[in-house]
Amino acid sequence: MSAMIEVQSLSKRFGAFTAVDNISFSVQTGEVFAFLGPNGAGKTTTIKMLTTLLQPSGGTILLDGLDPQRRQREARQRFGIVFQDPSLESELTAAENMELHGVLYHMPRKLRLERTERLLRMFELWERRKEPVKRFSGGMKRRLEIARGLLHTPRILFLDEPTLGLDPQSRNQLWTHVKALNQEEHVTVFLTTHYMEEAERVAERIAVIDHGKIVALGSPQELKQNTGTGSLEQAFLALTGTTIRDESAGAADQLRQFARMWRR
Amino acid sequence: MGAIYILWLREVKRYLRSRAQVVASLGQPLMYLVALGFGLGPVFRASGNGSYLQFVAPGVVGMAVLFTSMFAGIGLLWDRQFGFLKETLVAPVPRISIVLGKTLGGITVALIQGVLVIVISLIAGFRPASWLALLNGFVFMLLIALVFGGLGTAIGSRLQDMQGFQLVMNFLVMPIFFLSGALFPLDHLPKALAAVTDLDPLSYGIDGLRGALIGRAHYGFRIDLWVLCLVAVALLSLGSYLFSKIEI
Ligand SMILES: Nc1ncnc2c1ncn2[C@@H]1O[C@H](COP(=O)(O)OP(=O)(O)OP(=O)(O)O)[C@@H](O)[C@H]1O
Ligand SMILES: [Mg+2]
Repeated sequence: MSAMIEVQSLSKRFGAFTAVDNISFSVQTGEVFAFLGPNGAGKTTTIKMLTTLLQPSGGTILLDGLDPQRRQREARQRFGIVFQDPSLESELTAAENMELHGVLYHMPRKLRLERTERLLRMFELWERRKEPVKRFSGGMKRRLEIARGLLHTPRILFLDEPTLGLDPQSRNQLWTHVKALNQEEHVTVFLTTHYMEEAERVAERIAVIDHGKIVALGSPQELKQNTGTGSLEQAFLALTGTTIRDESAGAADQLRQFARMWRR
Repeated sequence: MGAIYILWLREVKRYLRSRAQVVASLGQPLMYLVALGFGLGPVFRASGNGSYLQFVAPGVVGMAVLFTSMFAGIGLLWDRQFGFLKETLVAPVPRISIVLGKTLGGITVALIQGVLVIVISLIAGFRPASWLALLNGFVFMLLIALVFGGLGTAIGSRLQDMQGFQLVMNFLVMPIFFLSGALFPLDHLPKALAAVTDLDPLSYGIDGLRGALIGRAHYGFRIDLWVLCLVAVALLSLGSYLFSKIEI
């Protein structure tokens, strides 16, 4: 096994504030790796740096052996991503959203159509492919985003809180699909979530991040053992404390509210 | 190429599918045409300026193109955080293709909107000098769309929050419209006001449009064309540059 994601001393500062503070870890090929951390811990910021959207303030990243800043396009072709906030075009249909993605990722038409059908069937969206996405439920939208992220057969799939706001049934089903794809297509999965039981169920290893630093890293079993706790939730609280974080209630949250108001 | 086309298509489809929004966005120009065109008509005629409907229709067409093309760009504000833009920003295509596709889409939509307002004006009683005039007018609609599509992209790439959006609306978009001579003739203005209107790119757009459609111009065809072309190149370049610097 070799490392699909290799991160060394990675940092990100916004002005005087350090959002990600000198973290190092690696994710093996085919592994499902989870980032757990309270609000504002630096999970999304890390994903943005890994996916070329933010320039790191320091440290190095290798994705499948490539430096994503220097060989941006090759690196981008190798991963798919589901963002924390919605990123579908809601006026377009499910099939059109897939089509757009396929064209942006330079897929030949035939392959585009074949994979679209395969993935939409798998995520149980094929029957509704001709409906505009704005009529989809939250769970359907999330499934579509994952299907879209996998369309170009990436080697890594980034999932930033993919189950946020979904009911237990949808969450369960979503992870079943992700696990299946991880097995079938050997895609490496890097995910973040606030649900401990999910992380425990799907992730082989977990990094707990708090205030921009990785405070623990290991299998769910190891995390529980090392903290001497009976559940992952207790281990998490032992590692990150019980105080509520409000760092992230900034401009982004205000905009998020506004966007909800405007786009239903 | 594929990327530019598919992103252009996305903008156009989005527009064509939101019928309710299209109808709503025509309400304002219609109100200006009817309320101002007929309301101020008698006063305007009495002052020896001819028909106000004839005068104001090109201004209202310009307004529709201005608003539509600006909004297409400013929409980047929420599109990049809570919309589809992120999906394009991580795609393995150069940023310039993305900004081109998106901006061209916005410009196309603005042109459709402008043509709809011309149709409404014709129904309301507006009469262009000739049918060929409509074709010339289209060239100026395109130039207005290019200028403000570029400006909208530049602003949308930099805006961080809703307060910024309100500021831009109240202190940029509305003044651009009101100071452009869309609603009043630019001749014999007080010096201070004339100085400001001369700096407003929309003044040249409306002037060119009006010159083309009813043969009445303040600056003249050549000046209008030159100023608009130069400003369009400058603002489209600025827009593309700022877009290439977006971090989300
Ligand atoms: N562009 C930015 N400018 C300034 N500060 C930022 C920016 N982006 C993120 N931050 C700050 O960095 C910190 C980490 O944010 P990040 O979004 O990575 O947290 P997170 O772990 O994803 O949290 P959540 O669980 O709420 O999504 C927060 O305090 C946030 O306010
Ligand atoms: Mg986050």
